[in-house]
Amino acid sequence: MEEQTLKVQKIRNGIVIDHIPCGMALKVLKILNINGDIGSTVSLVMHVKSRMGCKDVVKIEDRFLDEREIDKIALIAPTATVNVIENYKVVNKHKVELPDEIVGIVKCMNPRCITNQREPVVSEFKVISKNPVILKCKYCEREMGVEDIIENIL
Amino acid sequence: MFKGRDIVSIKELSKEEMDIIFEVAREMLPIARGERKSDLLDGKILATLFFEPSTRTRLSFESAMHRLGGSVIGFSNPSATSISKGETLADTVRVMDSYSDVIVIRHPYEGSARLAAEFASNPVINAGDGAGQHPTQTLLDLFTIHQEFGEIEGLNVALIGDLKYGRTVHSLAYALSYLGANIYLVSPELLRMPSHIIRELKEKPVETDKIEDVIEDADVLYVTRIQKERFPDPTEYKKVAGSYRITSELLNKAKEKAIVMHPLPRVDEIEPEVDYTKHARYFQQAFNGVPVRMALLALVLGVV
Repeated sequence: MEEQTLKVQKIRNGIVIDHIPCGMALKVLKILNINGDIGSTVSLVMHVKSRMGCKDVVKIEDRFLDEREIDKIALIAPTATVNVIENYKVVNKHKVELPDEIVGIVKCMNPRCITNQREPVVSEFKVISKNPVILKCKYCEREMGVEDIIENIL
Repeated sequence: MFKGRDIVSIKELSKEEMDIIFEVAREMLPIARGERKSDLLDGKILATLFFEPSTRTRLSFESAMHRLGGSVIGFSNPSATSISKGETLADTVRVMDSYSDVIVIRHPYEGSARLAAEFASNPVINAGDGAGQHPTQTLLDLFTIHQEFGEIEGLNVALIGDLKYGRTVHSLAYALSYLGANIYLVSPELLRMPSHIIRELKEKPVETDKIEDVIEDADVLYVTRIQKERFPDPTEYKKVAGSYRITSELLNKAKEKAIVMHPLPRVDEIEPEVDYTKHARYFQQAFNGVPVRMALLALVLGVV
């Protein structure tokens, strides 16, 4: 791990998202809407060897996450941990946790689902599998896997 | 157990609950036939919200309500209602809920019955939502099989025809599997049962494209229409149209007590001569829609 961390410089303030499943780092950036010039440093290491096999790591300077963003990360990287860094020190570290129900952060992939029409409801999904993540729409019962979830995150 | 309850998906009913529905439906048979009068639902109002046409389902609900002495309000042509002015389904449901004691909804979008149930304080019965659920059709199918064989566990049931788009067979396959039947899926390659439905079945079903493979084993031949209107490409439809045809000659190879079912309407999947054989049950099945829906209405309104 020590050797691996040397590949990317430490950050002063911000977050380190560690233990992202191999190959998912770019998707984590996508759901956090980090896709261009965001005005701060973003470091990304993919395919880092770890005890669990391999992982990806993302470091973002001067950026913090709200609960909603952490839930989004849990959907596509349920093994991830989020470390909050202040003045080069980890001041908070927690593992993301996928809840049993997902409300209002993913839209149903089924265009004929009533939640995609003009109705006063928010989307709701039951988590029917956490590894791999599979969601089932409470309304139309359509199941969505990780790729579909990424495409439909709100 | 049932009073005030919504009937949205067949998956929400246990075997014990289905048995209660069948038992009440059996008691309703003489009333459904008009042999006995009933005022069980006197003073109760059923609202039928049919956002797409389904004459058979709507009229069987209306017949069920009238047979039990209740009355019916509703629409079958949404273009003549406030929906055409842009009213949401949620608002339509809230208003109709205040005019009635129970709502039956048919809607082209999937999940709409679930949404309606959330906005209504009275029970909501799903009469088909898009390609989603149609629990009352499944219940009347199961009731018909139950009437014939007494038990569903261990029966060999062949689902034949359009298994891809046919909403009826999706719910039925799930329920049959849950109740312990052996399922055979017979369809052209293009119209095979979707994998997410097969995943929900207890046992992996036998899949084939030939009726001949299953005709000797099946207790029930459940035939469906290959629905032209569901095909995005007419040339694809032409490839599979008329793939299956149940004839009396074919039925010579069937078990003595095998029955032929069909959710109707049929086009050319079952030859008219089959109507006169001991195997035909599709008109009985259609009639069973009335006692089964009577049972559901009486149960959710808490009068039985």
